[in-house]
Amino acid sequence: MASDAAEKVVLDHDDLRRTLVRIAHEIVERNGDRPFALVGIHRRGAPVAHRLATQIADFDGRVVPVGEIDISFYRDDIGRRPVGEQPVVHSSSIDFDIDSHVIVLVDDVLYTGRTVRAAIDALFDYGRPPSVQLAVLADRGHRELPIRPDFVGKNLPTSADERVNVRMQELDGVDEIVLGSTDSPMRAGGS
Amino acid sequence: MNEKPKLRLAEPVAPTPPVGTSAAEGLSFRGGRPADLLIRGAHVLDPRADVDAVLDVLVRSGEIAEIAASIQPPDGAEIVEASGKHLFPGFVDPHVHLRTPGFEYKEDIESGTRAAAAGGFCLIVAMANTNPPVDNSGVLQSLRMRAAVEAHVPVGFSANVTKGMAGAELTEMADLAEAGAVCFTDDGLPIADAGIMRQALQYQRLAGRVIALHQEDPALTKGGVMHEGAVSAALGLAGVPPVSESTMIARDALLAHYEDARIHVQHLSSSQSVEAVAAAKQRGVKISAEASPHHLSLTDAAVGDGTNANFKMNPPLRTEPDRQALIEGLRDGTIDCIATDHAPHAAHEKEVPFEQAAMGVTGLETSFSIVYSDLVVPGVLPLALVIERMTAGAAPLDLPTPLVAVGEPANLALVDLEARWTVGEEGYESRSANCCFAGREVGGRVQLTVASGVLVYRARSFAIQEVGA
Amino acid sequence: MRHLLGICDLSREQIERLLDRADSLAQLSERENKKLPTLTGRTIVNLFFENSTRTSSSFDLAAKRLSADTVNVRASGSSVEKGESLRDTVQTLSAYGPAAIVVRSPFVGAPGMVTRWTSAAVINAGDGKHEHPTQALLDAYTLRRRLGELDGKSVWIIGDVMHSRVARSNILALTKLGARVIVCGPPTLIPREIESLGCEVSFTLDGSERADVLYVLRMQNERMRDTFIPSLREYAARYQINGDRLGAKQLLMHPGPVNRGIELSPDVVDAPQSLITEQVASGVIVRMAVFYELLAGRGEPGSARKRATAVAPTREGARG
Repeated sequence: MASDAAEKVVLDHDDLRRTLVRIAHEIVERNGDRPFALVGIHRRGAPVAHRLATQIADFDGRVVPVGEIDISFYRDDIGRRPVGEQPVVHSSSIDFDIDSHVIVLVDDVLYTGRTVRAAIDALFDYGRPPSVQLAVLADRGHRELPIRPDFVGKNLPTSADERVNVRMQELDGVDEIVLGSTDSPMRAGGS
Repeated sequence: MNEKPKLRLAEPVAPTPPVGTSAAEGLSFRGGRPADLLIRGAHVLDPRADVDAVLDVLVRSGEIAEIAASIQPPDGAEIVEASGKHLFPGFVDPHVHLRTPGFEYKEDIESGTRAAAAGGFCLIVAMANTNPPVDNSGVLQSLRMRAAVEAHVPVGFSANVTKGMAGAELTEMADLAEAGAVCFTDDGLPIADAGIMRQALQYQRLAGRVIALHQEDPALTKGGVMHEGAVSAALGLAGVPPVSESTMIARDALLAHYEDARIHVQHLSSSQSVEAVAAAKQRGVKISAEASPHHLSLTDAAVGDGTNANFKMNPPLRTEPDRQALIEGLRDGTIDCIATDHAPHAAHEKEVPFEQAAMGVTGLETSFSIVYSDLVVPGVLPLALVIERMTAGAAPLDLPTPLVAVGEPANLALVDLEARWTVGEEGYESRSANCCFAGREVGGRVQLTVASGVLVYRARSFAIQEVGA
Repeated sequence: MRHLLGICDLSREQIERLLDRADSLAQLSERENKKLPTLTGRTIVNLFFENSTRTSSSFDLAAKRLSADTVNVRASGSSVEKGESLRDTVQTLSAYGPAAIVVRSPFVGAPGMVTRWTSAAVINAGDGKHEHPTQALLDAYTLRRRLGELDGKSVWIIGDVMHSRVARSNILALTKLGARVIVCGPPTLIPREIESLGCEVSFTLDGSERADVLYVLRMQNERMRDTFIPSLREYAARYQINGDRLGAKQLLMHPGPVNRGIELSPDVVDAPQSLITEQVASGVIVRMAVFYELLAGRGEPGSARKRATAVAPTREGARG
C-alpha cells in the first residue's frame, strides 16, 4: 500500500485512539448488561475489534469475546474479479456461542454496504444472534444497500474516485486514516 | 559424393519371371503429357551429376535435353523463370504409407502421391500394412492398376514378408516379386521371430528385393508410447527403450550376414541404432538405413505435456544425443537416406489421449523444408549432402536414382530456398493433417516438381510464362 | 490459475496460496452449518472415466459445501471404444454450462485435452499414471498442519512409483515446498530417470529410519501378474512398513485404499503416527480451496463481457 503524494491524513494516531475510546464507550452504553461480543471483519476490522475489546476491558473491566470473520466465501462479486488479486486471509474464528450474544460487527470503513451484507450472511451460518450491530471507524457514504452503522468513528464525505485508507499498527505499522485520490480505475475497484 | 555400390543380385536359379524382373519395373504411375520446359537461371545442384552452378535446363518430351549457361527457348516449350531458385534432382521417399486399401479415410493413392508431388518427390515407395495387407499378388496387382490411373508420381508398392503380417509364415515372396513388389516389409510391425526372419532372408535368393525392417523387440516395447527417459518418467507414460530397436538391428545384421542377404533398416531413432548399423557396415553386412526428418529435427521434449498426439510415432522421438547421432550418421553415410515414414491418420485417431492415439505423422509435404531449416540453414549439414540423402532412397531398393544429366528422364524439384511459410496454414495436399510441424514457420518451398518426365506439381503462386503464344 | 492440470504447472507460491486458502476453510468444517454460499448457481461436472468412490465423493462434497450444483458422470473407459470420444462427451456436458469440469481418466493428458473443448475450468482428478494434483495438495496440507513448513523435511515415497500418479504429484509438490524426497521400491517399479523430477532413488529401505515421513503407495495385485515383482510375499518382506520400520516420531501416509498386510502391516494403519484418516478429511477442504481459487475469480461462461461493464466503478474502495 504505497503512500502517494496526494494523500491527506484525516485522522492521525491520537485522533484514532480517541475515536476508538469513544466508540467503545458507546457500545457499552448501548448494550448495558446484555452480553455482547465483537466480530471484526477481515482484514482491518479484526484489529479494530481487538482494540475496542482492550478499551472496554480498561474502563469497564469486562472481558468481551472477540471473533473474526472472513467474508471471502460470501462476497456478492464472486466471479467478477480475479481471485488472484485477493489476499488469502486467516480463517474465521468465532469460538463463543453467538446465539447468546449481541454481535457487534466491526469494520474499518463503511462504503457500499456489500461487505457488511456478506458479513451478516457469514455470521448467520454460525447461529442466530439476538441482534447485530455495526461499528465502523469511518463512513464514507455511497451506500448501495439499506445498511446503517450503529457506531461511527468519523463521517468522511467522499467522491467515488477518492480512496479511504485505514492503516493499523498491527498490519501497517502506523495508526492513521488517510484520504487519497485514486490513480487508476483498478485502484478505484479496490482490492 | 560417395558412390553407392551397385548391388547385384545373384543370377536367379528359377526361370526368369515374365514380369517384375527388376524392382524398377514394379513402379506404377498415371503418367501424363511429357514436359517441354526451359527452366531458366536456377542454381542447379546435383552432387551425383557433379553439377553446382547457375544454369538453364531444357526438358524436351520429358527428357533432360540440354544443360547450359544459356539456352535459346525452343518453340513449344514453357519457360520457367527460376532465377534465385534452386533446381535439384526430384526427391525419393522409400517409406510412405498410402493407406490403401482399407484406410482410404486417412489417405489414398491419389491424395498421397499429390502430397508427394507437392513435397518435391518424384518417386515413393508405399508400405504394405494395409487392410487387407499386401501379402498376396492379387492385392498388389489391384494396387498397381489403381496407381496406374491415380498416382501423381511413380509409386513402388512393397509387399509383406509374412502372411497377414502375423510374423508366422512367409508370403509367396517370389510370386509377389514377379507381380511387381519393389521390396518386402512388415513395416508397422517387427518380425519378432528370428526363425521367420532367417527364412525370409533365405528366400531373398529366389525372390530378390531387399527386406525393409521396422526394428522393434515387442517384448521390450510392450505398452510403450514414447521414448523411455526423463519426459516419459514425468508424464507417467510407458517408455520405449532404445535397446528395443538396437538389439533387433544387431540380430538381423548377424542373420543377414550369415545368409549373405540384404536388409534395409527403416527409421533409425537412437544413437545405439546408428552404432549397430555402422558396426554391421564395418563387417561388410549388406545393410542400408534411413532416418526421418522428425527424428533429425525433434526430441522427446516435443511431447511436452502429452496432450498432442502429433508427437506420437513409432519409433518415438528420442533425446538430443540421439538426434545428434542420427545427424552424424547421415553425414558419414551410416544412414544412407532420408525417408519420411509419412503416416497419415484421421483427426479422430489423433485427437485422443496420447496413449490411445495412433502412431505416426505425415511428412511428405514438409520433409525438405524441415531438413533444410533445421540442418542446412544452421550450418549443421551442407545442402549438397542433404540433397544427396533426399534422393538416395532409390538405390537400396534397386530403383533408379534421379539424376540431373542430359539424356536422363526429367526428375526435378525446383525449390525457393528464400520462401518462408507456415506449415499447415494453407492446409495439406494429404488427406490427413497429423503433422508434427504444424504451425511452424519453415524455410524453403517446393515450386515445381517433374516426375518421370511429367510436370506433376506447380505451386499456385508460381507463375509460368508461356512462350511463343 | 485457470485450470488445475498438474502440480508441474504450479509455483511454490501458488501451492502455498492454495494451502492457505484451505487453512481459511478448515475452521468452517467444524461448525454445524458446513455450507458456504460461494458458488450458488454454478454447476460443477464430475466426469469420471475410472471408478473412484473416494475421490469423486470428495469432489462432490467439496462442490456441494460451496453450494454448487453437481452433475456426476461416470463413463467407463469403454464408452470411448463404443465410439463416443472424449471430445464428444465433453462437448455434450459443456451444454450444461458448467463452471468447472473435474476429470478423472485412465489416460495421461486427458484433462489437458478437455480444456480445448470447454470454457469451463478443468480440474485433474487423476490422469493415467501422470498426476493427481489434488491428492498431492491434500497430502501437503495434512503434512504442513503437522510439521509446519516442509523445508528440509525428508519424505520417503515407498512402493510402486512407476504406476503411481500420486507419487509423481507428491514428488513435485513436496520438493517445491522445500522437502527432500526419496523414492523407494523394487528396481522394476522405479521409472528410469525419475530423478529428473527432483527426487532421489533408493532400492531398499536402508536410511528410511531417518525420514520425517514415510509415504507408502498402494501395491496393486496386477503388478505381480505383469511380472514387475516376483511375489507379493517377497515385496512385503522387503518394503512393507510395519511396527518395526515405523519410528515413533515418523509420520505415516497412504493415499488409500490400503492393502493391509501388503504395503502396510495392519497395526500401523491405526497407529498414532498414521495420518491416513486426516488425509481423507483434508481432501474436502483442499478441493473446496481449489474450486474457490479457480472459480471465485471468474464469471459464468459467456457472461464475462456483461459483467465487466457492470463491475467497474463502485466497490469497497477502502478495503485493503
